[in-house]
Amino acid sequence: MLRLINVNCYYGLVRVLKNVSLHVAEGEIVTLIGANGAGKTTILRAISGLHPVRSGNIYFENRDVTGWPAERLVETGIGHVPEGRQIFRPMSVHDNLELGGHLVYKHYGRKRLKSEISEVFDMFPVLHQRRNQYAGTLSGGEQQMLAIAMALMAGPRMLLLDEPSMGLAPMIARDIFSRIAGFQQERKLTVLLIEQNARAALAISHRGYVMETGRILVEEEAGALLSNPEVKRAYLGRERREIWE
Amino acid sequence: MTDWLQFLFMGIQRGAIYAMVAMGFNMIYNATGIINFAQGEFVVLGGLMMVSLTMVMDFSIVFAFFLSVGFVTIVGILMERLTINPVRRPTVLRLIIITIAVSMLFKGSAMCFWGKGSHYMRHFTEAQPLEIMGATIMPQTLWIIGILILVVIGYVLFFNCTMTGKCMRACAINRDAARLAGINDRRMVMLSFALSAAIGAIAGIIITPLIQMDYARGALLGLKGFGAAVIGGLGNSMGAVAAGLLLGTIEAMAGGYISSHYMDAIALVIMLVVLFARPGGLFGSSEEVRLKEF
Repeated sequence: MLRLINVNCYYGLVRVLKNVSLHVAEGEIVTLIGANGAGKTTILRAISGLHPVRSGNIYFENRDVTGWPAERLVETGIGHVPEGRQIFRPMSVHDNLELGGHLVYKHYGRKRLKSEISEVFDMFPVLHQRRNQYAGTLSGGEQQMLAIAMALMAGPRMLLLDEPSMGLAPMIARDIFSRIAGFQQERKLTVLLIEQNARAALAISHRGYVMETGRILVEEEAGALLSNPEVKRAYLGRERREIWE
Repeated sequence: MTDWLQFLFMGIQRGAIYAMVAMGFNMIYNATGIINFAQGEFVVLGGLMMVSLTMVMDFSIVFAFFLSVGFVTIVGILMERLTINPVRRPTVLRLIIITIAVSMLFKGSAMCFWGKGSHYMRHFTEAQPLEIMGATIMPQTLWIIGILILVVIGYVLFFNCTMTGKCMRACAINRDAARLAGINDRRMVMLSFALSAAIGAIAGIIITPLIQMDYARGALLGLKGFGAAVIGGLGNSMGAVAAGLLLGTIEAMAGGYISSHYMDAIALVIMLVVLFARPGGLFGSSEEVRLKEF
């Protein structure tokens, strides 16, 4: 469904993605793990058109979408929930969802938008309770739900999630992960996920990639990654824990 | 007592224009982060176009009003499409210098078409001053106040109740998130130029009967409007309206009680004092200022 071939990206002169190739099949959940600064976020930004690709190709549903502007990729079916809960804080929850469904409104009109919003409210009842509140006044977990709900409003077939559990209490993070697995099944979504909490992410994933300084090092089944001793040492915080303390 | 009221009327009339120019500045600032130095030129173009349509071609006021606003709106759109949109790597500085160049271009062309003289235009309704509590007020001033109120109401409705308005606000709040919602940010920039050109044109049209428009008025009108935008807190349009009215009133009071020669200077000194005391403007939050580029 999604395929990256030898993608290179730069921040100024610094090459942050070095010949990255990866693929995500339809209906899969794939996790990218790696240290800070490895380039995980840049991969997602390149896929969704926010970061320019210097060379290499990105294919989505067998179409070359390299260099397409972000708003066109959203129309094509790629939803991106960026890092750090990028919602419109000074606007109400309801307005945020309307904006998320802006394309629905543009193509199908207000009626369809309303029904989409009520569908999302069924999925996240807490957002319905808070629909007239400013988005900035929501709790961290609620803001994350809102960010995901906004991306779902556009009716994506593929969802890119950038650290959905960042800064959330472990209980709430677990709730978010189970919801992701839930609506992934329900809506037959394909998901590419970045997560610091690699264990929780791999638990709901089919496959995973390990990145280091702009390269992809390992690609394996999620279960195999969980038991890979190298990965365990570096990213899952087991075994030689004393080294770090 | 009546002096005071007379100066207040005068101040509100000037302030309304500053407020509308400031709203135009804010709209483009919110969409692009730049100050459009051609904003004053939109006012002049609106005024001069109106003069030609009503005085030379003898159209009715209402028809000429919409035609002039439409014309300046198209000028604004063309300005964005031809000079702002094609810039490969836009930085704030580059774009601002472009707007300065465009303002000179507008000024030069206005001089070519309308000449150097100032132009008289008839008032919207009869020019007989009305008397209110000993002070006189021109019916045109009432028109100015009424149209300012309509513009503010329209502005609030547009940005809070229509999808396009919400999209524009979303772009201003968080551009990346707006693009990920499928909003075409470039189109929103174009729209902001169109709308601020329209507001500028309206301001020019309603003030022209009282001040006799000429091609070179844009710079000072733009400067005062910019002052109002800064005092109100850049990006905050309701603040700009309040600050514009305040600035106009202070100016008129200063002109009346101190000396009309120092009127402009006093207005600018007040702007400086506000900026020293509250860099975010009277209605801006000081936290936000630290995040802004300028």
